[in-house]
Amino acid sequence: MTLLVVEGLNKRFGGVVAARDVGFALEAGQMLAIIGPNGAGKSTTFNMVGGQLKPDSGRVLLDGQPISGLAPRAVWRRGVGRTFQVAQTFVSMSVAENVQMALISWHGQILSFGARAETLHRPQALDLLDLVGMRADADRPVRELAYGDVKRVELAVALASAPKLLLMDEPTAGMAPKERAQLMDITAAIARERKIGVLFTEHDMDAVFAHADRILVLVRGEIIADGRPDEVRTNARVKQVYLGDMGVAAAMRARRGRA
Amino acid sequence: MDLSFIVIQSLSGLASASSLFIIASGLTIVFGVTRIVNFAHGSLYMLGAYLAVTIVPMMLEVDRSLPMFLLGVLVSALIVGVIGAGMEILLLRRIYKAPELFQLLATFGVVLIVQDLVIKVWGAVEIPGPRAPSLRHGVFIMGERFPAYELFLIGAGLVVLAGLWLLMQRTRFGVLIRAATQDREMVGALGVNQAWLFTGTLFLGAFLAGLGGALQIPRVAINTQMDISIITEVFVVTVIGGMGSVPGAFIAALIIGQLQAFGILIFPKITLVLVFLLMAVVLVIKPWGLFGRPDAAAGRAILPEGILSLKRFGKGDNVVAAVAIAVLLALPIFGDNYMVKVGIEVLVLALAAFSLQFLIGVGGIVSFGHAAYFGLGAYAAGLLATKGGLAMEPALILSPLIAGAFAALFGYFIVRLSGIYLAMLTLAFAQITYAVCFQWVEVTGGDNGVVGVWPSSWASSRQVYFYLVLAFTLSAIIALRHAIYAPFGYGLRAARDSAVRADAIGIDVARIRWFAFTLSGAAAGLAGGLYSFSKGSIDPTMISIPMSVDFLVMVLLGGIQTVIGPVAGAAAFHSIKDFFMPLTDFWRLFLGLSIIAMVLVFPRGIAGAASLLGRRNTPAPGPAPVGSSP
Repeated sequence: MTLLVVEGLNKRFGGVVAARDVGFALEAGQMLAIIGPNGAGKSTTFNMVGGQLKPDSGRVLLDGQPISGLAPRAVWRRGVGRTFQVAQTFVSMSVAENVQMALISWHGQILSFGARAETLHRPQALDLLDLVGMRADADRPVRELAYGDVKRVELAVALASAPKLLLMDEPTAGMAPKERAQLMDITAAIARERKIGVLFTEHDMDAVFAHADRILVLVRGEIIADGRPDEVRTNARVKQVYLGDMGVAAAMRARRGRA
Repeated sequence: MDLSFIVIQSLSGLASASSLFIIASGLTIVFGVTRIVNFAHGSLYMLGAYLAVTIVPMMLEVDRSLPMFLLGVLVSALIVGVIGAGMEILLLRRIYKAPELFQLLATFGVVLIVQDLVIKVWGAVEIPGPRAPSLRHGVFIMGERFPAYELFLIGAGLVVLAGLWLLMQRTRFGVLIRAATQDREMVGALGVNQAWLFTGTLFLGAFLAGLGGALQIPRVAINTQMDISIITEVFVVTVIGGMGSVPGAFIAALIIGQLQAFGILIFPKITLVLVFLLMAVVLVIKPWGLFGRPDAAAGRAILPEGILSLKRFGKGDNVVAAVAIAVLLALPIFGDNYMVKVGIEVLVLALAAFSLQFLIGVGGIVSFGHAAYFGLGAYAAGLLATKGGLAMEPALILSPLIAGAFAALFGYFIVRLSGIYLAMLTLAFAQITYAVCFQWVEVTGGDNGVVGVWPSSWASSRQVYFYLVLAFTLSAIIALRHAIYAPFGYGLRAARDSAVRADAIGIDVARIRWFAFTLSGAAAGLAGGLYSFSKGSIDPTMISIPMSVDFLVMVLLGGIQTVIGPVAGAAAFHSIKDFFMPLTDFWRLFLGLSIIAMVLVFPRGIAGAASLLGRRNTPAPGPAPVGSSP
């Protein structure tokens, strides 16, 4: 069954149409990028899938079950992990504790008074940190980390609930170029290995064309292209309204680099 | 009720609305620009009234005419304006970036200082003011007599509204105020001299407060409780209208004025409750008030620096804790009666402060009305033991349950807000509780409270009661401390650190905050219950704003970022208070100055300062931790 099906999503903010009849599908293990100029409705679409926003109309199906209109925590329960454009972590806690919190919540122990939280699920937390290359920093306060590392911790947190779908809103925003490639490589490897579908938005065309299996181009709330990277790159409309000549050159470069 | 009666009643509602609006507009303008909720606004109002009862009679000596009366009122208001500007330069300027808890506390420090100064200068007795010449008669409206001065007040409110409109629309200063209310940073970035803008705003705000106060002198006898009684009403008006919105304050004042005028006919005892209920309902439906708009800063509470870090107890800490417990156990054996009494009070206050720290430090929920739950526990125990005829044991068990039930009720609304609106709502619920206990004389004994709340005979000796209190408070503190380290406490911290992230990993933020609020309220209620049996009586001061502030001071004194700080803070605060209060007539002045000094100099409290000293002596490895999130 198709992992994620989005049908006819609409959202207006006053007179502004942020999403018009947005629809797409995502298979398990696939990476789908949403790109588009600022204000195209990327984050809106994203937040409607993640539960942060309620669509005016349309449906979001996860494994055939409707999830649109549910609260973020309910969407998460059904197997959707997410990271944020500006990384959201628990700044008063250590790296490991951040991941442990997600595990504690996943095991339904958040209201428990019994155990000491810092010892709960620590081995699993360390395994997850290993996966994103942060195990060595497990006991450092998360607020001491460089921003790129915070983003990796966030990925580990999102993976803690063994999600079927990962939502990553601009996963590499604010990171140095080298860190960006690293993070995207890690994400892609995990997604393929664990058959996780990844939906991400991104401004960095290198990251998009190097890692996405499919690309969705959104302009003023409407999808103007949906296809494989080489299809999107050569799409005349996309070239005209978004990528421009420089963008296409970057896309070519990214493809070559990957091949 | 005939028509003429309704008209008269509604006119008198308009007159109070008009006074309320004049005062509230000042508070809301000051908040809009500086983002500080100025607790001392009520003090400025009171100063306006006191200055007017001094100045206006002098003016009337010269010529007994309405213009001289108005001149006197105006001069008083101008002096208050200057005082407000001075307050901005001396104090507010230094705390614009401070967490809102500190801002509220610092301005409350000013309230305390002004209270003592007013008593020193004018005395504690009520002062009747002079009547306004030419406005002493009544006007007949639909056959009913209505005081001319009240009509004049309605006019004055409209004049102030028109004046403010002109100021805001037609002058550069007004444009800057509106601009700063919308986006303070942008106004600064455009090169506006912020210092003058802020000082000018405070002058305007204080002038309006002073004007409101000075205009009251023919209506009410001037007294030293005017500040607190007006400030709560004005808070309600500005919160309902939307903080920073002058039209909002106007509409809200109209609503409140009418609600009071007609509410008093239907529910004479609980008009104050009606007013606060209205505020609670508005905040639930429109969390930013009728005309307020959400601003980026209001979405997230600015929390005190170095918020709770959860270090495990080291060896040294364990030794200190063990010694402290040993000293407590030995106190009734070696100490005299007085020491045991102080010991009981310290233990009770420590539990209350600890429960508040649990909310603020762990939950990031800055409650400005924690005395409500302490007081509810005390009243529950006291009333059950006297009027309910229960023994001490069941009364003590019921007191945290009843306080917890009320905390659950109030908290359900409170935890849905954040920042300054949350603080205001906690204050509002505390004032409702206070008002009910104060006004429901048949049950609560009103101002005098209830006496004869004595422990059971086996616990009637002070020494035995001390051990009882020690057992209860210590177990409650240990249980709460345990909760901080359990998943529940971590979940609460998670919700505080990032509500968005907490929600995205399945934590129901509102629910966990609600449970925490209830738990904390129950713990404070237990403290209150123990307190009422130790004092043998209950009275409304246990629920009052100063009590809430005392708790906050204890938490801050101990340091907000340590688990055990509030216990030390309660001990230090109560000992100091107990020692100094009998020695001086100026306890409030002293306390006010201390609060301000603490906020300015030691924002991290005793324990924070100690850990800072400790860190200085050991070389810090690695980079220093950053105070805020990226």
